[in-house]
Amino acid sequence: MNGVTKIQDRSPHPTAMTKAAPILEMRGISQIFPGVKALDGVSIKLYPGQVTALIGENGAGKSTLVKILTGIYRPNEGEMFIDGRPIAFHSAQAAIDAGVTAIHQETVLFDELTVGENIFLGHAPRTRFGTIDWRQINDRSKALMRELESEIDPTVRLRDLSIAQRHLVAIARALSVEARIVIMDEPTAALSRKEIDDLFRIVEGLKRQGKAILFISHKFDEVYEIAENFVVFRDGRAVGQGKLKDTPQDEIVRLMVGRDVQDVFPKVKVEIGAPVLAVEGYSHPTEFRDISFELRRGEILGIYGLIGAGRSELCQSLFGITRPSSGRLTLEGRPIGIRSSSDAIRAGIVYVPEERGRHGLALPMPIFQNMSLPSLRKTSRSGFLKAANELALARKYAERLDLRAAALSVPVGTLSGGNQQKVVIGKWLATRPKVIILDEPTKGIDIGSKAAVHGFISELAAEGLSIIMVSSELPEILGMSDRVMVMREGLSAGIFERDRLSAEVLVRAATGNQ
Amino acid sequence: MNRLLKNREILLLAIIAIMVIGFSTRAQGFASPGNLANIFNDTSILIILALGQMTVILTKSIDLSVAANLSFTGMAVAMANAAYPDLPLALLIVMAIGIGAFLGAINGFLVWALQIPPIVVTLGTLTIYRGMAFVLSGGGWVNAHQMTPSFLNIPRMSVLGLPILSWIAVLIVLGAWFVLTRLPFGRAAYASGGNPTAAVYAGVDIGWTRFLAFVTSGALAGLCGYLWVSRYAVAYVDIAIGFELDTVAACVIGGISIAGGIGTVAGAVLGSLFLGVIKNALPVIGISPFAQMAISGIVIVLAVVFNARAEKKAGRIILRDRAAQDRNTGEVSA
Repeated sequence: MNGVTKIQDRSPHPTAMTKAAPILEMRGISQIFPGVKALDGVSIKLYPGQVTALIGENGAGKSTLVKILTGIYRPNEGEMFIDGRPIAFHSAQAAIDAGVTAIHQETVLFDELTVGENIFLGHAPRTRFGTIDWRQINDRSKALMRELESEIDPTVRLRDLSIAQRHLVAIARALSVEARIVIMDEPTAALSRKEIDDLFRIVEGLKRQGKAILFISHKFDEVYEIAENFVVFRDGRAVGQGKLKDTPQDEIVRLMVGRDVQDVFPKVKVEIGAPVLAVEGYSHPTEFRDISFELRRGEILGIYGLIGAGRSELCQSLFGITRPSSGRLTLEGRPIGIRSSSDAIRAGIVYVPEERGRHGLALPMPIFQNMSLPSLRKTSRSGFLKAANELALARKYAERLDLRAAALSVPVGTLSGGNQQKVVIGKWLATRPKVIILDEPTKGIDIGSKAAVHGFISELAAEGLSIIMVSSELPEILGMSDRVMVMREGLSAGIFERDRLSAEVLVRAATGNQ
Repeated sequence: MNRLLKNREILLLAIIAIMVIGFSTRAQGFASPGNLANIFNDTSILIILALGQMTVILTKSIDLSVAANLSFTGMAVAMANAAYPDLPLALLIVMAIGIGAFLGAINGFLVWALQIPPIVVTLGTLTIYRGMAFVLSGGGWVNAHQMTPSFLNIPRMSVLGLPILSWIAVLIVLGAWFVLTRLPFGRAAYASGGNPTAAVYAGVDIGWTRFLAFVTSGALAGLCGYLWVSRYAVAYVDIAIGFELDTVAACVIGGISIAGGIGTVAGAVLGSLFLGVIKNALPVIGISPFAQMAISGIVIVLAVVFNARAEKKAGRIILRDRAAQDRNTGEVSA
């Protein structure tokens, strides 16, 4: 049996789509992690021959849903049906066997293997003797590529292909299993407009074959171009779904942003003082270009943008992790050069990273040692560490942040996510900075803790700290910022004052959809 | 009691004590203070080297060149002593430490400036340093009669009931404890291994920290070069061959995580003593040297398994998502 012919077998009724029963239905799916309800009673249906767009901010639960559909997570509640029959995925293989396949944002492919090997890795066709059937691999790979209107040679190594071609290989791999439900997780993120057009032609082809497609994207123009249906996620709930052609874009933005912004973020009115930090013409060889802004005392500057817009990269270079290729930095009227993170810390600029596990904490080390690490200069006396000073410092900020821990000497790895975040923030506050850069400060923590973090950020601003807050969450940006810089594809797409802020303005600037 | 057992240093100490008691039922006088002092003296060099190794391992690196470094430095000081018997011993010791530190600095420089993985660098320099020892000596030996009496005897002199060699080990243990817990360098070493990215973000220069760790390890290896040659009263190219693995084993048994960032001086010392007790006990109770190697090997594997389990528990909360992803790719490609 040949997988390609099977795929072609399944393209019989391109017309009978709208009335068709859903291939896949999810009912009341919930996924709970300690401290976070990532998905809360989500119900969706995917129809054959139709594209359903899944829209939502980062952290709305899209990735969790994909992981459930591909058998990586097992939901705590809810049911799934395929063709009306209940089904549960106990493993990733079970999901594949059931006909679900996913093309991921960053596809896992192998540079040193050939196109054919990549496509059939894990399910290579065998000869009678149980060895790998190379001829079939090559023939079927060619057939799959032809189906994708491409002539990539299956014996070429992946590293010799362009990004767009690799993407095709990833799609071919997804289709090489007998897939009826195709999940595309931000497939256009790395593609140019022409490549996106090619991709959409492929998607149209998949539709004609009667496959159900779940299309995850931030970009509204693409969604309207390719999808029939939409589902909007917010805070782990499906807050709206329907037909795209009956729904204006503003309505979707409203669903995405949701709650009334001012109620959740009672921003403390702060007297904004003199300029503290001025950034002029900051550029990086690849990540961002010509960024200029000014930050004042007591001000919260929000930086909004899509993933990959260069926000974190900009902040990391302000903090000395990477070096800008050009640009000037002025702190309190004096030009400064920052070449390493210790320069930045000394100058009074600190960065609270997005991935606290990877960038923020040394998990095996005790809480107090993590907290004092950037402040050792201050807690040490004549070159010797003073544990008493370190503990005093840690205690001060642990109390202030309401850190819950058995003792300050336990390893940070034993704390919950929210408390780990407090250690990270405490560690940077302890350096008594002038400017604090918060990268996605509330990502991955539950709503209750979010409110506490927001209150705390306001408090810091009231004390005269200048804050740069990178966030992908519109309510957070709208609620907390005095001004917002929007970044798109490495460029500043405008700086907006608080009285001109609205979700629509920011989303349009970020997507370039003016 | 339960909490005591969870502290792995105390657990290891208890195991060593049980072993000593067990062996003394088979061999009279094994647990006598004199014999225990002997075992400690016998293990002194391993302890010193293990502490250097531990410093390197803490920073998420490894130094496989310590034994080769020891061999070269030992040969160099032995030849210097033989050629110029008038050189004061203090100068020779300073020379040994200096040469060792320089060889360590070469490792550190390659790791730091050229960003070559430590295992590759030190595997290379292992061969180079042994080769240098051969070139230096022309393959010849320096024997006891060529060495001066003070060169040979000072480490054996007994002070307050222990040979000076043992006292040197005690001093190094205290020094290592001080450096790793009381100096910013020690903290930087733990941070660089515990989470290199977080360390960079916190303003720690991990390249420099690793460099210093290699210099430390090299300096201690150099010191041991003299101690070894003096103890065994002979210098030739193949002394201490394969001993770098003993130092790594001592660290692993002592609970120093090979992934960096976890471990204590007490652990490294107890890990060394554990190996020292086994090495000294097995011949006494009549087990062949081949079985000794197998037994040491089994103990090392058990220690690694034990460590891996303990670490998995500690890191569970934050790694869950990552683990799920890994499992996914594993299953898809399986």
